[in-house]
Amino acid sequence: MIIMEDVHFSYEGLYTALRGVSFQINQGDRLAIMGANGAGKTTLIKHMNGLLRPMRGRVFVDGGNASSKSVAELSRIVGLVWQNPDHQLFLDTVEKEIIFGLRNLGFSQEDAQQRCDRTLSKLSLEGFGERSPFSLSGGERKRVALASVLAIEPLVLALDEPTIGQDARQKELLADLLKELNEKGCTVIVVTHDIEFVVEHFPRTIAMADGKIVADGPTRSVLSNQQVLDLCSLTIPQLTQTARALHRTFPTASERCFLLSEVEDAIVEILEGQ
Amino acid sequence: MFQLGRNDLLPLIEFADFSFKYLGADSLALRKVSLTVEEDEYIVVTGPSGCGKTTLCRAINGLVPHFHRGYIAGNVYVDGINTRESTVAQLAPHAGLVFQNPTNQLVTLNVEKEIAFGPENLGVEPSEIRRRVEHFIDLLELESLREKHPHEMSGGEQQRVAMAATLALQPRVLVADEPTSNLDPKSAEKILGILAEFNRKGMTIVLVEHRLDLIAKDASRVILMDNGQIVADGNPREMLSSSVCAELGIGIPKATQIYMKLEKRGLKLGRVPLTGEELSDLVEEASCS
Ligand SMILES: Nc1ncnc2c1ncn2[C@@H]1O[C@H](COP(=O)(O)OP(=O)(O)OP(=O)(O)O)[C@@H](O)[C@H]1O
Ligand SMILES: Nc1ncnc2c1ncn2[C@@H]1O[C@H](COP(=O)(O)OP(=O)(O)O)[C@@H](O)[C@H]1O
Ligand SMILES: [Mg+2]
Ligand SMILES: [Mg+2]
Repeated sequence: MIIMEDVHFSYEGLYTALRGVSFQINQGDRLAIMGANGAGKTTLIKHMNGLLRPMRGRVFVDGGNASSKSVAELSRIVGLVWQNPDHQLFLDTVEKEIIFGLRNLGFSQEDAQQRCDRTLSKLSLEGFGERSPFSLSGGERKRVALASVLAIEPLVLALDEPTIGQDARQKELLADLLKELNEKGCTVIVVTHDIEFVVEHFPRTIAMADGKIVADGPTRSVLSNQQVLDLCSLTIPQLTQTARALHRTFPTASERCFLLSEVEDAIVEILEGQ
Repeated sequence: MFQLGRNDLLPLIEFADFSFKYLGADSLALRKVSLTVEEDEYIVVTGPSGCGKTTLCRAINGLVPHFHRGYIAGNVYVDGINTRESTVAQLAPHAGLVFQNPTNQLVTLNVEKEIAFGPENLGVEPSEIRRRVEHFIDLLELESLREKHPHEMSGGEQQRVAMAATLALQPRVLVADEPTSNLDPKSAEKILGILAEFNRKGMTIVLVEHRLDLIAKDASRVILMDNGQIVADGNPREMLSSSVCAELGIGIPKATQIYMKLEKRGLKLGRVPLTGEELSDLVEEASCS
């Protein structure tokens, strides 16, 4: 679905952000891109819809070389949600914001309205349709930016820090919606620092450091590699920390637990096994 | 002769039945909030998206009601000053705010200017300003960004600069609105470590955060908000293990979640853990007894 071959990029030819990035993302993948601040994650996903163009190397989107397509054409395939919603929202009501994008892509008024209502309700934004995006809280505004792209159900979703400003319940609702779209065939890519969100919902992880890919594989193995964690400024989730701490005292308890119930059961076994 | 300062007997921050509605809004963003914050506290405020956390922060540094206008009832006092009768500039040395969205906070052309901006407006000596600029560039690891324009930085880099700029004001109370939301996990830990150190040295902190697994261990007090109101306020261990968190959909640390599940199964561990290490220690104690 998206292939990058040795992509290099620097801002104004001065600040190098990508130093030879290659990977392949297949249709239906659900993956996370993680890594230190400034590692180049945002720069990378802006290459997916042509907002940025590689200085060296090639980007393929949906089988074609991205260099021969305009941002408008690429945006029909790849729906990008920006890290900062202020850069994305510009109309005076939430509903107009969402319907505008849909109508632009040729959806009928009726279909657009239906998709808008449905997406707003899935993201706990019922009743927000007439509000101005600028009168919303940070978390609400981020969800409006997400809704405006998710409503389109593009072939590829590329979401930059989708969980910013969200409480646990909103994160769950978002994860549910992303999984639903993924099951319909949509490829879902998130850039995030939220390691629990990744462990719970994304089977594949690409870890970046200093403009390069350091690891790419199943989330659990990428995130249990200490070298990768160190290079990419990542820490292990608290659940894994708990499992490791238990394992140090009780070697029979496994240190490789990723589910809450696994750790819970391990403790029950320790306490009841005496 | 020893003299009490004007404000030494007052709480550092006091909300007295404070309500606020943004201009043009249908409903109140804060509803009759009463709250006192004493010197040296480290308060973590959490609650569902849209519940009024940012509005509470803005009411402490005066952006509410001086920049964000609207209907207002009740009063907020910071260091004994009624925020209604003061200005954002006058409140700056008392309460410094790190904005939820760093882009909206950064106003100058590069990192050095950004850090110097606040102290300059407070009339701090130039030599002292230079000292603070160097100190905070060093502390928050901003050396490689020194000459950069905020628009040329990544989201997390901007957030670190915003924190540096606010700390450089050396405010009595630091109010930080989701200050780790754009930070990678290691940087988030580092910055929270720096804040804990400032708190030990006497800076009062009010911090809004959803990532309670990272922050709960530093807090001396946790405030839970919902729908413009404070719905629970107290000791972190008590707050995070209360049923209110589950009802509001607030994410509590995994170690605390496990503790609560064990309790439901009849296994008591005596104390509410906030970290994996704490939980493991409690299991060890229980298995020995
Ligand atoms: N417009 C710009 N001009 C110059 N340099 C830039 C610009 N935008 C980003 N950079 C630099 O490029 C590098 C990569 O930035 P990018 O925004 O891709 O990082 P990121 O991995 O998304 O970081 P974060 O986790 O903080 O969002 C950083 O060193 C950053 O300072
Ligand atoms: N500038 C504004 N104008 C009108 N309403 C606002 C404004 N900012 C926030 N609100 C509303 O006030 C409520 C509280 O917002 P906020 O304090 O930002 O919430 P939180 O920080 O807890 O997510 C929300 O319902 C939000 O939509
Ligand atoms: Mg980024
Ligand atoms: Mg907020």
